[in-house]
Amino acid sequence: MDVFSSLMDGFATALTPMNLLYAVIGVILGSAVGVLPGLGPAMTIALLLPVTYVLEPTSAFIMFAGIYYGGMYGGSTTSILLNTPGESSSVVTAIEGNKMAKAGRAAQALATAAIGSFVAGTIGTALLAVFAPIVVEFAVSLGSPSYFAIMVLALLAVTAVLGSSRLRGFASLGLGLAIGLVGMDSVTGQRRLTFGQPLLADGLDIVVVAVAIFAVGEALWVAAHMRRTPLHVIPVGRPWMGKQDWKRSWKPWLRGTAFGFPFGALPAGGAEIPTFLSYVTEKRLSKHPEEFGKGAIEGVAGPEAANNAAAAGTMTPLLALGLPTNATAAVMLAAFVQFGIQPGPLLFANEGPLVWALIASLFIGNFLLLLINLPLAPMWAKILQLPRPYLYAGILFFATLGAYSVNLQAFDLILLLVLGALGFMMRRFGLPVLPLILGVILGPRIEGQLRKSLQLSAGDPAGLLSEPIAVGIYVILAIILAFPLLLKLWRRNRPAALQAGVPATRSGESEPTDASGSTSHGSHRATTGGDGDG
Amino acid sequence: MTIVVGYVPTPEGEAALTQAVAEARKSNTTLLVINSSKGDALVDNRYAQEPEIQSIEDRLATQGIDHVIKQPVRGHDAAAEVLDAAEEHNAELIVIGLRRRTPVGKLIMGSTSQRILLEADCPVLAVKAGTAG
Repeated sequence: MDVFSSLMDGFATALTPMNLLYAVIGVILGSAVGVLPGLGPAMTIALLLPVTYVLEPTSAFIMFAGIYYGGMYGGSTTSILLNTPGESSSVVTAIEGNKMAKAGRAAQALATAAIGSFVAGTIGTALLAVFAPIVVEFAVSLGSPSYFAIMVLALLAVTAVLGSSRLRGFASLGLGLAIGLVGMDSVTGQRRLTFGQPLLADGLDIVVVAVAIFAVGEALWVAAHMRRTPLHVIPVGRPWMGKQDWKRSWKPWLRGTAFGFPFGALPAGGAEIPTFLSYVTEKRLSKHPEEFGKGAIEGVAGPEAANNAAAAGTMTPLLALGLPTNATAAVMLAAFVQFGIQPGPLLFANEGPLVWALIASLFIGNFLLLLINLPLAPMWAKILQLPRPYLYAGILFFATLGAYSVNLQAFDLILLLVLGALGFMMRRFGLPVLPLILGVILGPRIEGQLRKSLQLSAGDPAGLLSEPIAVGIYVILAIILAFPLLLKLWRRNRPAALQAGVPATRSGESEPTDASGSTSHGSHRATTGGDGDG
Repeated sequence: MTIVVGYVPTPEGEAALTQAVAEARKSNTTLLVINSSKGDALVDNRYAQEPEIQSIEDRLATQGIDHVIKQPVRGHDAAAEVLDAAEEHNAELIVIGLRRRTPVGKLIMGSTSQRILLEADCPVLAVKAGTAG
């Protein structure tokens, strides 16, 4: 009953007119950036962070939550109407959704995506409210060695599982960790990687890094690939569904939710894998398998439910452990720190009202999105006609303003440009952005836990293995890292099994990449996945 | 000598194309169809997609008109593309479609056709939707 009464208190906070207004602003902004390919909720939250300092933390987080969920909804609109995924998590939706739209069933595709997202988001948020306190209870008993292990697992798993190339992923992670190291050593006070520049002694501000990588990097990338053959949006009226569509959609919604939530909650989560799994499952279970590839409604309903459930799932480790598993969660973690709130298992105890208001606002945001998106879908499609120079000029303006306002230092603008150039080069060479952001944000926290563990064991590395949970996690980690190697050996020894084994085990990471690669925006979308799935 | 027509997939564009076909047949010259986009937005409804271009191609071919269809995406606006093409091919006539607008609307929005009318070196034939034969 404790959860329920806390949640009701949360609703009371979230439903005040001011907070409701921020929720509305959040979901509208989120839907807009979700619709536009290349812009994602992570970038939007990073851009808005400096602007929200004046707000109550609760209001700011209610708005961020709206942006996060809105982004998940918006992505599906672009996937269905344009065959260009607005978000990496809607890559799978494009496969069947665009076919449906071309067959004149765009309204039904949008409707099943929106209602499925609502169902999955609501169930997912309910699961979050139930599970997060349980995870917290378990988490407060963990010591530094276990935390260190969990964070290492999260970093390495996200890097290894997502994206098309592990090498690029780890290169990006290395860059992120290096950027995270810049500044004063917290224990000894030594300066690291400051190159004698006193302004670097405090480290790089996470807002500057996130804005530079997401906003400036993307703007430069778009500027370099400015002209491309324009497309037509498939015209659509108000989304609606017939009785038959409801009948065929509700099971995929529930199954998608079942896939999405656990994957979102796992450290190696993200929304790409569950959406793909959901698609494959629906294809197998469908009573109309012949429609797959020609626009089957199950192929839209399942993956869309999965990606929204994953979004809710992602909030579980973020709120319960202070562990972000995608780009948006990472930026939200940075936001906690900026507001002077200590993330981690004590968050529920110390900031209970804020956390429960945030969870309540997720329910509200979901409902608002359903209200807003069903009648306004054709309007969202119009955003795509916006000339990009205007759009990116606005983004660069906010990026510059934000980076400067953090410390009121002109030096931060130089950093913004340098890191923006880095963001551009990463896109140019196909390095995923997510590992870098996670590295920058989690790096210092990992280091803190590592130093604490080593101090407790007086510098003996065996201290890192002093807790059984830590040992267990390292074993899992070893399996994840060794898996591709074992797969290769296994394949070499049994070449006959090649055809059967490869698609079944590796398709999760390769197929969505192919799908987005086939769209006109090129394959870099698949590797920048980070800014989308968040 | 050629006739240049600025085509957009709207009633005005269709009217201009129909008129241009009639002119090309009359003077027995090449018809150059220009349909351009600046290419700076993801979606541009004034840029004709593959099936539309194909249907124009078929239509012109069956009518036996010597024609070229160009779809430049170079970041220039439509007026510049039409004027460029007219100059390059030494056009004898430019055909464009006009939208009905009030003088105030014209003042605020400016227009592609206005620029073509003012800057073209050859005669310009302006057609309104629903009036062309």
